[in-house]
Amino acid sequence: MKEAKQKLVVSAIQNGTVIDHVPAKNLFKVIQILGLDHIENQITFGTNLESKKLGRKAIIKISDRFFEDDDINRIALVAPEAKLNIIRDYAVVEKKVVQVPDYISGIAKCMNPKCITNFEHVTTRFRVVSKKNVSLKCLYCEKITSQENLQII
Amino acid sequence: MKNRSLVSIDDFSKEEIIRILDLAGEFEAQPVRRLLEGKVIATLFFEPSTRTRLSFESAINRLGGKIVGFADSSISSVTKGETLHDTIRMVNSYCDLIVMRHPYEGSARYASEIATVPVINAGDGANQHPTQTLLDLYSIRKTQDTLENLNVFMVGDLKYGRTVHSLLMAMANWNTTFNFISPEELRMPDEFKIYLDNAGLKYYEHLDFSDIISKADIIYMTRVQKERFSDPIEYEKVKNIYVLKNNMLRNTKSNMRILHPLPRVNEIHTDVDANPKAYYFEQAQNGVYTRQAILCTLLGLN
Repeated sequence: MKEAKQKLVVSAIQNGTVIDHVPAKNLFKVIQILGLDHIENQITFGTNLESKKLGRKAIIKISDRFFEDDDINRIALVAPEAKLNIIRDYAVVEKKVVQVPDYISGIAKCMNPKCITNFEHVTTRFRVVSKKNVSLKCLYCEKITSQENLQII
Repeated sequence: MKNRSLVSIDDFSKEEIIRILDLAGEFEAQPVRRLLEGKVIATLFFEPSTRTRLSFESAINRLGGKIVGFADSSISSVTKGETLHDTIRMVNSYCDLIVMRHPYEGSARYASEIATVPVINAGDGANQHPTQTLLDLYSIRKTQDTLENLNVFMVGDLKYGRTVHSLLMAMANWNTTFNFISPEELRMPDEFKIYLDNAGLKYYEHLDFSDIISKADIIYMTRVQKERFSDPIEYEKVKNIYVLKNNMLRNTKSNMRILHPLPRVNEIHTDVDANPKAYYFEQAQNGVYTRQAILCTLLGLN
């Protein structure tokens, strides 16, 4: 019954990508990281949906858009549990999970106020030193930015 | 190693570090060699550092190279609002190698990505100062005849002192035992202790000087700076605890040497200077030989 209702809230797509299990509070960050606010495709999303795993989740459905793994892994910082369904002709043809990459470029802000990346237009670059409780080492100032201080640019 | 930059001490492997120290030894034996004849080296000091700049300029001059640059960003185009990016792009076309000191952390790495010539980091904020580390290693090896299995004491500001952090990481290559002596507020940060744990090395922490220094091969002194303390009373309490005096050296080992990155304020009493175990002025002199070796290595001139 609930499934049917959800489908009603966020209607099915014929072809494209469904990103499920996004933490509700990070929905707009995911939209921003994937640049969904700048594309012409039809996008529907629902947020604050009930989820046993996350409490409140969001779901995004993007018509006629398929992502490379490298692209999709960029959302790992804000939606580590996200699951992707690739849809063709209303059927799920492939499922993907996101993986925290080894290196991250241009998504997060270095928390060190004296880091050069906070003064000039430098694309931030980090090595992921811990994947579970995400912790990033800045490749410029070499300081660690931990999960609780993580800010998405 | 030709045409590479030196930004962080871990840019160089253990073997590469040894090669630079060996070459520095050759420059100590014969400091005046005109290997940089016809080369132009830029020394960009976005914040003043007289000691480091003079050491580099002395090294360049002894190698017959020419210098362009500035000693203080207030006399450069930085005051007109030029970005570091643009300054490096411009200077890059004027020289064969860039030496830079900058107040922002990561600035040297960024510059090395922009420049096509090698960049030597002469200090980026509180982050790295790798040429200091290499001259420290040279001084330790020269006085102990080895880098293996030494007992190194680090004293003073171990929290903010970048020289002790870089030296710790470098010395971890040679099975070093560390002893840290510092006030509670300026203890060695956890990330470096974890680094030593992962390397399987032993370290001990102490709050003050005691007979324990009789075990030291090297005592590496640093300045306890007033501005590091949130509470000025705390500073007043600790400032005289970490002062090394000559009478404290009585039971120390005969091979023990005292190092200090300089400038010192009062943390080494002047009565230590005459003691043969005082090595900090020789250490500064070694800086010139080490920088000669680094310059030639990065330019492929050795």
